[in-house]
Parts: sequence; structure tokens; C-alpha cells
Amino acid sequence: MFTKFQKSLQTGVVTSHYPKEKDYAPFRFRGRIEIDNERCKQCNVCVEVCPTNAYTWIEDKDKRYLQLDHAKCVFCGMCEEACSYRAIRITNDFELAATHKDGLLVKAGLDKTASVEELGMKLKEKIFSVFRRSLHVREVDAGSCNGCEWEVVALYNSPIHDLQRFGIDMVASPRHADCLLVTGPPTRNLETALIKTYHSTPEPRMVVALGACACSGGIFQDCYATKNGIDNVVPVDVYIPGCPPRPQAIIYGFLLALERIDK
Amino acid sequence: MSINRQPYLDNIMNRFKGNVVVAKGSLENEIYISTNKENLDDVCTYIHKTFQSPLSSIICNDERSLNKNFTIYYVFSLPDKDLFFIVFIPVSEQQPDFPSITPHIPAAHWYEREIKDMFGLEPVGHPDPHTLVLHGNMPANTYPLRKDFATNTRLPHIESKLPFARVDGEGVFEIPVGPIHAGIIEPGHFRFSAVGDTILYLDAKLFFTHKGTEKLFEAMPYTKALFLAERICGVCAASHATGYCQAIEKVAGIEIPPRAKFIRTIILELERLYNHIGDVGNVCIGASFLMCGSHGFRMREHIQQLNETICGNRYLRGMITIGGVRFDIHDDLKKHILDLLDRVKTDFKELVEIMFTSSSFLDRIETTGRLSLEHAKGLGVVGVPARASGICRDTRRNHPYAAYSEIDFDIPVYHDEGDVYARVKVRVDEVYQSMSIIEQCFNKMPEGSIKTSLKEFPPYKQALSYVESPRGEDIYWIMTAPNNMLYRYKVRSPSFCNWPSIPYTIPGNIVPDFPLINKSFELCYSCTDL
Repeated sequence: MFTKFQKSLQTGVVTSHYPKEKDYAPFRFRGRIEIDNERCKQCNVCVEVCPTNAYTWIEDKDKRYLQLDHAKCVFCGMCEEACSYRAIRITNDFELAATHKDGLLVKAGLDKTASVEELGMKLKEKIFSVFRRSLHVREVDAGSCNGCEWEVVALYNSPIHDLQRFGIDMVASPRHADCLLVTGPPTRNLETALIKTYHSTPEPRMVVALGACACSGGIFQDCYATKNGIDNVVPVDVYIPGCPPRPQAIIYGFLLALERIDK
Repeated sequence: MSINRQPYLDNIMNRFKGNVVVAKGSLENEIYISTNKENLDDVCTYIHKTFQSPLSSIICNDERSLNKNFTIYYVFSLPDKDLFFIVFIPVSEQQPDFPSITPHIPAAHWYEREIKDMFGLEPVGHPDPHTLVLHGNMPANTYPLRKDFATNTRLPHIESKLPFARVDGEGVFEIPVGPIHAGIIEPGHFRFSAVGDTILYLDAKLFFTHKGTEKLFEAMPYTKALFLAERICGVCAASHATGYCQAIEKVAGIEIPPRAKFIRTIILELERLYNHIGDVGNVCIGASFLMCGSHGFRMREHIQQLNETICGNRYLRGMITIGGVRFDIHDDLKKHILDLLDRVKTDFKELVEIMFTSSSFLDRIETTGRLSLEHAKGLGVVGVPARASGICRDTRRNHPYAAYSEIDFDIPVYHDEGDVYARVKVRVDEVYQSMSIIEQCFNKMPEGSIKTSLKEFPPYKQALSYVESPRGEDIYWIMTAPNNMLYRYKVRSPSFCNWPSIPYTIPGNIVPDFPLINKSFELCYSCTDL
């Protein structure tokens, strides 16, 4: 008995202070991608090396712009390595979550402000303000690789991130939940289960898409066994990209959903 | 390291005379033996029994465009030599069946059902030929891994009901669990037939997370497929990436720089460390010993944060690349790693001390979920559960790769136990071994480059690749196609071998012990279902 107390007392408090204190991801961490339109020579190399087709060209007023979709990105870093003009820079910013899929796009050279205003429309009804102080979450694996699951476990079971300090709790059944945290592309074999789970959750309910697979199908997109993102099956309120997103990024996503962060 | 393969060849040739042909293999430790449907069972059983070599994988390949046949490859690995026997038979499209070897080699049962689902070839004589992967929700006569099936085909969803075996009798009731679980785990469906709290029978249905991974490999250029390989499984990312890269390096015939070999070894051991420490904590949570669980997860988190510093991803993704590794470990980082491991070692020792002196915890894990040596051998169990049941098998020793042949380490094996306790003990011992391996790697690591370049590889070449992931032996088989594409990439994960053994460990245990037993096996669904 004594050794147990001793061990815990010796260890002390280990919980992180994110987001009160800013968390800096390590130097090699691959987060938000920035495109420098001045430097981009439109050589198409990034489009070719990307394993998930996250880069596309968009036409606007007879000009061609590079567009990156963070929802599809698996943060492999190949684009930055391949770009010989240094137009692509991978930062260590992990706070990528957005309430609308357009918020995950990086449009090189295009004025961003216009689209941001459109983007505000999703949560304007404030129906989720009832969850502001307390949110009960059911995690649903719709075919992920287990990476996102372990990050949620790290959030919930590890004393370092301790999700409960935000009043967010994981519950055992969708019937107890306000929010479904869904991972996976989703797969064909789980589609029915996901729909049933969604309908078992009492309203108002919120759906959070966690990880590249849930946001867009990720690397498993366009396959006979998967759908391209869970928003093809159930409506999604918040997207948290990353492969997998680090625990702090998931916390950021939750707080964004609960309107505790102004963006 | 050269192996004398001639005695084995003579042995087989003498026994089967004209019924087998040894095909020319380019790799020294792979012997390809061609035979036909009639002799398949005899040849496989003979190799399996005479050389005590377990079945490592069965691979079906649609080679109709090359030789008008499907080919099925049966891979057996020798237990004491770095040598593989690969028996193969042709199966024609007109007669789409093959003899089942399951009655003599039970470990083959899932492979044969998988082949039936994915290629539409019927295993004749299989005791349980139900659908495995596709859940019967695909239209009839659609076989995803055939070459005439396009990767992005959209098919209607057919209503289907999966067959379940159950126990009938007075007082016996059935408890269905999943696929959406109460815990934060992957999806599987389990049906317990129980009397009171005691389980009589367990039927498990998996393959809910089937994502068509093997089909996707065939649709991607090899450079992009690396990132798919990393995403076969979240927590064995480095092992799957290493397996993929080794396969490509073998067919291309390139050797990676020595420094890269050592860095790969370090990365693979870090993966084992964070998994094992987390799993030990997870078993504690399964036994409601939350305090030790929290300490376990805290240490796992420290190592994952270290992973993020080393390669930018908490799951070691993006570190291993074809021809070597992407990032070097310089002196500052080396010091940081060794310091952290030193702290974790003391920390972990204290945790284990508390765990193994707690009588209530020991009461939950001792004699719980026993896997007998006979079952383990018969079903071809690998990795931690195999070593806890008395099978001394570790790919790092049996078929060395990366820098393991230059490292000195022990393989913990517990005989006559096979319970949850033994599996936890194997993990605990392996944690210390991994730390020692990492230290040795840093001492022996030479200076130099970390990557060799590879531009292209020859088409239609085959090779095996193997890695010991934290869960056990991963076997990969690759066949290349023209234009730097893959013709077939077969992944056989340790969980695929170990899942069928779980229902044998459950009967006689109580329902609340199931999560505990499941956690002690720590099997992946995603790399089983692919």
C-alpha cells in the first residue's frame, strides 16, 4: 500500500497546461502546410509526389493556383522535400481543426478572407452551446488503423493530457453521448453500424471527424471497401485533420467545437 | 550469412521424386518448390512435420495475364535456420478450386477462407468455409483481388446475416458485444455463450475494418505505397514500413548503409518499447488496477513524445524510407534518448514491482486465459503469446534483418504457463531487452550516410520480407510489375495468426476476464482485416 502512495507522490502532477500555455510541437513535427505563391513555379512536382492527391490546381480568373486540402493530407512531408523552389513550407502548427471543410483548404495566392466569412455559417446557430461546459463523447471506430484510437486513449487514460479536466468525458454507449467522435474512412463493413450508432445518439448531437481518413478517406480513398470520408454517411460538425492528430490537436478541435476558442 | 540449403532440397527430392520441381529463386534463403494440386497436401504436411517448420503465410496471386493461372504460394519457415520453403501450385480459371490443407495444418484455415472471399477459389475439404473478409455484403461473383476488378468499383450493399455458432441448453444465454464497443478499441463482433458469469463458448467475427489495403497497393507507384504501408496499422507503423522497404530493397537488389540499419533497429525497438509499456499499463486497466494503468500510459506518453522529437510523428511514421531512413540521429538526440530511457527504466522497474506484489492483481491475471502449447503450435501462434506458451520463436533471431545479427539479446520464453501473467512477464522482460538493444546500437553505430537511392526495380520479381513487430512476426510477399508498380503485396500480420487462438483461451473464464485476456494478447484489428 505504502509503495503505491510513494510512487504516486514521487511522480507528482504531470498534466500538461495546454491550451492555457502554448504547446510547441518538436522541430521535426509536420503540421500546417504553407504555400508561398511568389516562389511557386507551378512545376506540378508536389501534385505528383502526394500519396493522397491533396494538391490540386484551381482556376480563377484565367489564372492557375495551387490548392492543398489538409483533410486529405497525411503529413508525410514529401511535398516539402520535392519542391525545389522552397514554395512549400511545413510548419509545426498542429491547431488545424475546422468546423467546415473549406477551413482545411490552403489556397495559394487567393484572398482568403472571403471564404472565411462563408465558413462561419456552420456553427452560427449555436445549438451546441448547451454542451459548453460538459460534453459526453462516444468514440466510434469506423475502420481506422488504430492510430487515432490510441491518441484518444492517450487523451483519456494518460494523466498527461487528461481530457476530463475540460469537462469532456468518454461514455460507453452512444445513448449516453452528446457527441460522436468518428475515425476511419469509413469501411463498407461498418457503414451500417455507424448509421445505427448515429441514430442511437439523442439530439442535439454533434459529430467530430477525427483524422485524415474520417475527414476525406485519407490514403484509403477511392477504394471498393471504403467511402471517402464519414461526411458521406453522417453529417459532420467538426473536422480534425492529422494522421493521426496529436492529442493537443484533438483538444483544440473539441474546444473549437464547444466554442471555447475564438477563431 | 550463408545457409547450406542442399540437404533440405535432397531430402524433399528423394521423398517426392518427380512430383515436385525446385524452381529457380533469386534469393538465397527462399526455396520455391513447384507441385500440383494432387501432391500439395502431402508436400506441405511433409515439410511441416519433418522440418518442424510452421506455416508462415499463404499467398494467392492472380497471374492469369502471365500464365493463365492463379498461383497459390504456401510459405513455411524453418525454426532454426534462416530458410523459407515456398510451395506453389497453379489453379486454373476453369476449375477454380484447390485442396484444403487445413485438416492437417489447422493454421491454414483463415488463409484459405480469405482466398475464397478475395479470389473466388474454393478450398475443397475445408471444415468451415464461411465468408471471412467480405461479410457477404458484396454482390455474387465479385472478387476484389482479381485483376479484372477495378480498385474504385462502387458496389451495392447486399443485406446479409453472418452465421454464428452458439451453445443451447437450460440456463445458457448469449451475450452479443460490438462492433461498436464500450471501450476505445477497434471494431469486432463477439458472441459469448455463458452460464451465469462463466463463458462456455466464444464466436468472434472480425474484418469490419477491411479497407481494401492489398488492392490499393496494386494501384499505387511504389514510392507512394510506402505511406500506405505505414498506415496498415497505427501502432506497428515502423514495422510495416520496414517490412515494405526491405521487400522493395530485396527485389531491387540494393543494400542499405550500415548506419541506416542501426537507426532502423533503434526505431523498431522504440516502437516495441512504447507498445509493450502501454500494453502492460493496459492490462492493469483491464484488471481495474487504474493506478498502475495511469503510470503505464504516462511512460508510454513520454516515449511517444520522444518519437515525435526523433521523426515528427508520435507513431514513428515518416522515418523509415526505401533505401534507408529519412532523419539522422545526431549526438544531442542520442543523449536525449538515452537519458529518457534511463529514467523510464527506473520508473518501469518500480511500476512492475508494485504490480507483481499486488495480490489482488495477481489473482486476476494468474491462470486466466490459458493458451496451451498444443493450441499455440497447431494454430501457428506467433509473437508474445507464443513465447508465453513456450514456443521460442522470434524473427529477429530466426531470420535476422536490419542490424539484429550484430546485436546480443535474449528472448524471454515461459514454459507451461500461457496465461495472462506469462504474457505480461514476456512483455516486461522484452522492455529491458529493447532498452539494452538500443544502447548496443548506439555503441556500435558507424558514421556514414543514412540512405541509398533507388530509381527503379525489375518487373515480375518476387521476394519475402519479415519483421518482428511488437505483436509478433510480420511476413510480406512482394511481386513487382512493370513501371515501378506492384503486382501483388501480401501482408500477413501477427494478429492474423493469433486471433483464431483467442476463442480457445476463453471457455471456463468469466465474462469480465475477456477484456483482460484480449488486452494481454493485444491484437490489432486493422492489420488483420487489411
